[in-house]
Amino acid sequence: MSFRTPLGRARGLGSARLGTGHWLAQRITAVALIPLSLWFVMSVMIYMRADYATVSIWLHSPVVSVLLVLLLATLYYHAFLGLQVVIEDYVHDEWLKVSTLMLIKFMCVLLAAAGIFATLRVAFGG
Amino acid sequence: MAEFTLPKNSRIQQGKTWKAAAGARNIRRFKVYRYDPDSGQNPRMDVYEVDMDKCGPMVLDALLKIKNEMDATLTLRRSCREGVCGSCAMNIDGTNTLACTHDIKDIKGDVKIYPLPHMPVIKDLVADLTHFFAQYASIKPWIRTQSPPPDRERLQSKDERAKLDGLYECILCACCSTACPSYWWNPDRYLGPALLLQAYRWIADSRDETTGERLDELQDPFKLYRCHTIMNCTRTCPKGLNPAKSIAQIKQLLVEREH
Repeated sequence: MSFRTPLGRARGLGSARLGTGHWLAQRITAVALIPLSLWFVMSVMIYMRADYATVSIWLHSPVVSVLLVLLLATLYYHAFLGLQVVIEDYVHDEWLKVSTLMLIKFMCVLLAAAGIFATLRVAFGG
Repeated sequence: MAEFTLPKNSRIQQGKTWKAAAGARNIRRFKVYRYDPDSGQNPRMDVYEVDMDKCGPMVLDALLKIKNEMDATLTLRRSCREGVCGSCAMNIDGTNTLACTHDIKDIKGDVKIYPLPHMPVIKDLVADLTHFFAQYASIKPWIRTQSPPPDRERLQSKDERAKLDGLYECILCACCSTACPSYWWNPDRYLGPALLLQAYRWIADSRDETTGERLDELQDPFKLYRCHTIMNCTRTCPKGLNPAKSIAQIKQLLVEREH
């Protein structure tokens, strides 16, 4: 039971004056992912049956390792932004929402860090 | 979580069938959502057999014929019967539209009529639009200026006036907002397509002096950015307007002022 007026309820906590950065970042990462994913898929097709030594030599190239690091960073950033929107859309329990968002953020950062570390280890390895 | 099934007390049951008068040759069946909160019963679908030889062409004509001649308890809103007031917005044949401008001939088979989707129902086809109009008030839908008012009309060039075309025609029937999944899941915080189009109507108005404040008020992950360009709004608008485009233009202006 609440005696709050409909206008008071509609105004709620007011505007966060935020969101454009998020919206823009989602679009910029999407654009960046087009060439990066195309390049990655083509490379995987070329090196699909190659042995570790061949791929290792390929990864030693600075162009390749830089592109791969960029792909991983952009991909997981984009994934987090997208998943965040899905959670905000559908999960209305405040506690569940905050903890799910935190879990997704941790997972994305962890996977990005692991992927980048693996890339650099091969790229800098002997 | 978002609800994907109806709660128990909202599940629709089979209702009564009202036969047309004997001798009627051209019969159409109208399946109409009925709900009476005072009865304590679940909503039901009543079937009315309407003699089309003695009925006007639009869905509203049939509903009023039902109310006048068959079942006076049928409850609906209507006023202008010419697509200007927005009162008779309802879900007809699976689409939100105005009963007064929707031709019965355009519908195949039984004519199914429900209230606007995902809104609290007051009775039968009458949805509770209290929150919708409170949200409308929250965008301050009036001109706001700081300059001293002129002694005459506030002038606009032809080009400036043309920017309001496609916006001023909105009659706030709520067809678009109640067709929007984002509005279904977050009606408490998301403004929805109708009110974002109305908000843009004042942003686009050359006579208004608070464009920045209006953009400030809208820049919010929920008020504006719940729009995921689903486009149901534009598809369903009975006035042929494009709320999705207005929302895109608001987003564009927000990016523009950051660069």
